[in-house]
Formats: sequence, C-alpha cells, structure tokens
Amino acid sequence: MSETAEKVKKIVVEHLGVDEAKVTPEASFIDDLGADSLDTVELVMAFEEAFGVEIPDDAAEKITTVQDAIDYIEKQKAA
Amino acid sequence: MNEAPLAAIPSGTLMAGKRGLIMGVANDRSIAWGIARAVAAQGAEVAFTYQGEALEKRVRPLAESLGGRHVLPCDVTDDASVDAAFRALERDWGGLDFLVHAIGFADKQYLRGRYLDTPREAFLQALDISCYSFVSVSQRAVPLMRNGGSLLTMSYLGAERVTPHYNVMGVAKAALEASVRYLAADLGGLNIRVNAISAGPIRTLAASGIGDFRYILKWNQLNAPLRRNVTIEEVGGAGLYLLSDLSSGVTGEVHHVDCGYHVVGMKNPDAPDIATAKD
Repeated sequence: MSETAEKVKKIVVEHLGVDEAKVTPEASFIDDLGADSLDTVELVMAFEEAFGVEIPDDAAEKITTVQDAIDYIEKQKAA
Repeated sequence: MNEAPLAAIPSGTLMAGKRGLIMGVANDRSIAWGIARAVAAQGAEVAFTYQGEALEKRVRPLAESLGGRHVLPCDVTDDASVDAAFRALERDWGGLDFLVHAIGFADKQYLRGRYLDTPREAFLQALDISCYSFVSVSQRAVPLMRNGGSLLTMSYLGAERVTPHYNVMGVAKAALEASVRYLAADLGGLNIRVNAISAGPIRTLAASGIGDFRYILKWNQLNAPLRRNVTIEEVGGAGLYLLSDLSSGVTGEVHHVDCGYHVVGMKNPDAPDIATAKD
C-alpha cells in the first residue's frame, strides 16, 4: 500500500471511528462506513490539510470511496 | 505568512462563576467552539445547543471535553423548541450570564451567482434563521439574566460591503448587525450588553457552503494588514473579552476580528494578482 493510501486510511479510521479492516479501497464512505453528509465535507477538509492539496467542490462530490480519495490526492501531488 | 500569535488559550478566572449558553457549535473547527474553549479556560460553565442528530453526535463529545453537562436540542425556527431549551436551563441553572449566538443559514444554491436572483422563500428563511433567531433567543435569555449579562452574535464583512457570493447572507448579517444596535438600546438599562464579532473568513463546516471560499480566504490572506487569516482561537480571545467584565463599557458594537481586512480599500500592491496567487 502506498504512503498516501496508508495516510488516507488512517484519517478515515480516526474520523469515522470505524474498524480498520472495514476501510477497504472500494468501501463507500456513506454506504459502507456510515458517514453522513457532514462527515464527507469534514473528510475532504481533513485530506486537504493532511496532504496540502486543494479539493474543489466539484471534485469532492465525485469522491465517494476510499480509492477515489487516494486517486485524487495522488494525482494532485503528482501535478 | 505570519503566524497567529494566540495558539494556546490562556487559562485564568475571568469567567469564574459565570454560566453561558453557546448556540451553533458544529465541530471542532466552529467559531463558536473557539469561543467556548476560551471562556471555559477562564472558568465559565457552558451549555450547548444543537440542531438535529447529525450535529448532536458532534457537539456532545466536545461539550463533555469541557465538562459541559447541558447539551440541549434547539431548532431556532420552532418557538416551542427554543422555549424548551431555555426552560431546561432555567430549571438547572436558575440564571444565565452570557449567550453566544453563532447560527446562520441560507440555501447554498443562493450563495453563488447574483443576489438579484434570490427568491422570497430563500430570503425569508435566511433572515429568519440568521437574524430573527438572535432576537428570539434574546427574548428568552433576558429574563434569566437577573444580574445583567452579555449577548454575542457573529457577523461578517459581507454585511457592510459586497463580498463575492455572500448575497442573501450579507443582507441577513446587515439586519443582524442592526439588531445588535437596537437590542443594545433596549437592554442597556438591565445592564445587558449586546455585541457582534465580525470575523474574517475561516474554514468551517458552514463556510463550505459558500461559493469560491478558497479564493476568499486567499484574497484575505494576501491583502489583510496582518497578511494572514484569523483563527478560531483569536475569535475566541475577542469573544472572551466581549463576554467578560473586561468589556463592561462596550455595547452595540460590531468588533472586527479579521486581521484588519475591513480597513482595506484596495489590493495590497505587493500581493500577487489573484489569478496567479495559487499556492
């Protein structure tokens, strides 16, 4: 697992208070991890802070799974 | 960028023996939370309200971390709900010394584009939740403030001048700032002071609804006299002043806590053009 993936997973576990084993790449924040709509906004803010990237609203709306978040952040960091 | 000097909240006894209600904490980035921590560190006992389950699960652990025993539901659009919250406080505390109103709402759809396009319903809702609610909670708080008190609400520069996308919220905040002045005149004889803090932009959950918020933050950082954005700890410090006896001679005031941005008339000549100001 990449460093980004590890860090994303850690943030999700801490923020949503879910079991680490449940935070798989394909896990959906809302459907599988019990996030509400405020959690999704808070997660995006936490990712931005932890990785020093900007995730605009239209991109944030498309981030629904753990892998979506990892992909977006890795793409931003590579840019 | 300059560092915010107030990173830690000073502890002391400025608020010892005072009890207050804090309305509008959503999470640990909330401006109201910055104020709650500042007054609690100075010995105040604080109660909190929340609106709906999603916010309750966020507010409750924060309240508990400050030893707050009162975490009450309160929907400011429902008079019965507001009555119930204040009845619970009166029953348990008997009185109240201060209140923080950090509540506002406008349909996000109208926090972008033109103010001209605001429909009546969105206008009335924004004014009801963001402005009238302060009057409504003051009506209930005043009878509990038998030894005087301090009422504090939150505004933004968009009340005074046009800021992009703030639209109907700016109009609601203008009405809120005018309410501060009228309430101050009504309540001065009871030794109840009424003030507002006009905070610079801060990345809160509520701010996530405002269009181009990053642009607004960046613009303020580059052009405010202090060349940075304000923190919730700094708003907490100003809140502590306005809620404590340190400000006993101050009422009807809208106090800017915005790194000085409100005095600026034009772009700082040293700031890069906003289009090239990306990090």
